[in-house]
Amino acid sequence: MDTQLLETQFQDKIDQDIRIEPKDWMPEDYRKTLIRQISQHAHSEIIGMLPEGNWITRAPSLRRKAVLMAKVQDEAGHGLYLYSAAETLGISRDQMMEQLLSGKAKYSSIFNYPTLSWADIGAVGWLVDGAAIMNQVPLCRTSYGPYARAMVRVCKEESFHQRQGYEILLMLSKGTDAQRHMLQEAFNRWWWPALMMFGPSDDNSPNTEKSMKWRIKRFTNDELRQKFVDVTVEQAKILGLTIPDPDLKWNEERGHYDFGEINWDEFWNVVKGNGPCNKERLETRQKAWDEGAWVREAAVNFAEKRKAKTIAA
Amino acid sequence: MSNKEWPLWEVFIRSKAGLDHKHVGSLHAADAAMALENARDLYTRRQEGVSIWVVESNNIHASDPSDADELFEPSKDKIYRHPTFYDLPIELKHM
Repeated sequence: MDTQLLETQFQDKIDQDIRIEPKDWMPEDYRKTLIRQISQHAHSEIIGMLPEGNWITRAPSLRRKAVLMAKVQDEAGHGLYLYSAAETLGISRDQMMEQLLSGKAKYSSIFNYPTLSWADIGAVGWLVDGAAIMNQVPLCRTSYGPYARAMVRVCKEESFHQRQGYEILLMLSKGTDAQRHMLQEAFNRWWWPALMMFGPSDDNSPNTEKSMKWRIKRFTNDELRQKFVDVTVEQAKILGLTIPDPDLKWNEERGHYDFGEINWDEFWNVVKGNGPCNKERLETRQKAWDEGAWVREAAVNFAEKRKAKTIAA
Repeated sequence: MSNKEWPLWEVFIRSKAGLDHKHVGSLHAADAAMALENARDLYTRRQEGVSIWVVESNNIHASDPSDADELFEPSKDKIYRHPTFYDLPIELKHM
């Protein structure tokens, strides 16, 4: 069959909302786009464990510690679901690991910001997981079956992440002046980076059109960002927070909040590797990978030896 | 140093007694025992199951999507295999 016909049939399936499965024919570019997006998503989950992991020992109570450990463990799980989904497209786990460590593959820039106080852990749960949920819910209906199924699982688990974060902040908002100050400071640090999580604006996002046509994405970056601003501003009121944006105001006509211009120079700078923690994050992953090498190797040797013994017996 | 990747395993979970094991995803592990342990950590963190099967992925043989028509098309025109095909009087009971 010629490629033209295959492509038409492929697009027909997409248009009818029939999911694409691993062994189905797909355009090379669809495969590549998905590998890039899913592996980047997986890397984000794995790197995302680092800013929160560093607070586990300092969580203010046993309850908070148990919750934070459960959340970080979930992030590891989410990374693994997504790596598996990407592997169905023909890339190996080791290749993805190599691309992450060499800097060839990106992960969400948000994790290159530091978590300076306990309030930052609350802000990460509320804003970072909140923005992630906004992105991920439509991905449950993405056109590639294994990705969609992984996202259903992720979304089910993600809701507690956001709620536990908000609960941390709610507690602080009812605390002392110093605690409320710490809350506002953390919010000021995370507000803008959270808005950047939705990626470049639509007129600067060259992949959006294709991804929409293939129904990998179902909403544009700017649509999702607007939705996030609209819901989050209301949630911030309950915490008594001031939004660090003098241009933020309700627009009656649009039925949405208007908000100020994002600092895109900062965005691209962090993407390019110059954020506050880029270097540290990758060094930490590299160290874990290197120090785990003997375990990976020993497990393989043990399994092979045991197999040989069973066959001999 | 060997650079061998741990093999891929498919994971099936029985969510409660009386139900089938259902495919939930895959993972890497060096052997079956490790695959079961990893499956427990990865796929049953919220009481999703009471039993786990793991199968090394290369032991799964799948039909080819391009054979789908010849495999599944023939049953399409055999609607007489379904009970609703038969038009019976309303007063007929227990059938």
